[in-house]
Amino acid sequence: MYEIIAFYTFSALVIGLFGIVVLSKNALYSMTALAGGMVFISGFFFILDAEFLGVVQIVVYTGAIMALYAFGMMFFDTTRDVKEDIRCKKIFYTLSILSAVLVLIVLSAPIFSANIEAIYPTLEGVGNVQTIGLLLFTKYLVAFELAAIMLLVAMIAGIVLVGKKLDAQSDDLEVAKELK
Amino acid sequence: MIGLEHYLVLTGILFSIGIVGVIRRTNLLMLFFSTEILLNAVNIGFAAVSKYYGDLNGQIFSFFIIAIAASEVAVGLGLLVLWYKKEGTIDLTSLQMMKG
Repeated sequence: MYEIIAFYTFSALVIGLFGIVVLSKNALYSMTALAGGMVFISGFFFILDAEFLGVVQIVVYTGAIMALYAFGMMFFDTTRDVKEDIRCKKIFYTLSILSAVLVLIVLSAPIFSANIEAIYPTLEGVGNVQTIGLLLFTKYLVAFELAAIMLLVAMIAGIVLVGKKLDAQSDDLEVAKELK
Repeated sequence: MIGLEHYLVLTGILFSIGIVGVIRRTNLLMLFFSTEILLNAVNIGFAAVSKYYGDLNGQIFSFFIIAIAASEVAVGLGLLVLWYKKEGTIDLTSLQMMKG
């Protein structure tokens, strides 16, 4: 009973918030709605007995990614409304129909695959976090370490891309001061 | 009782919202937000399939998708800031310099 109430409440909230993200004219409203939607999506993970994913969703998405967006938006002018002119209506409708067909095929796939067997079944009497840890550090150890390297590279790339330019600007300022 | 179909329909709706965002918006920051919606929709689908088939692979995949999303944002936002400093706008039409 509670599962049904929770599912429909979270569904309505997430769909509404993500609708605001896509349709809003103000970038700041979009970002706030996206952060709210991320938190509510973690509710689905808790309903689905995936506590680890739920916590990771809150910590990484709402804590790290949305904070990064919030800092990134300091560089842009966000108080103005986003001005967009949409041309090429024909391409827009063609792409919409194509993607709708694609989503239909993807969603109807489980009907034809009713006889799937679990390769790594969930263990009885062991918590979700524990089983994920067991699987992550045995079968998926290489992928996990590659993900760690990828995150390190992404961090360095982010620092270099944003930080280098700032340095150059401060150098320019110092040169300008010396000239005066 | 909530079945697997409910979650898959929800995933489809959220994915469609994300696709509408990707197609319709021409602001690059909005495109990034739409990409996050797409990734989140897929995550819900993976977690639901993982629960209803009793298989943990789905949750592990969701975990790696979250890691990929984090690195994508770090690099993408850096490039976006650079582009904004260079051009003064983050509109998609400002990228059309190779138009023939």
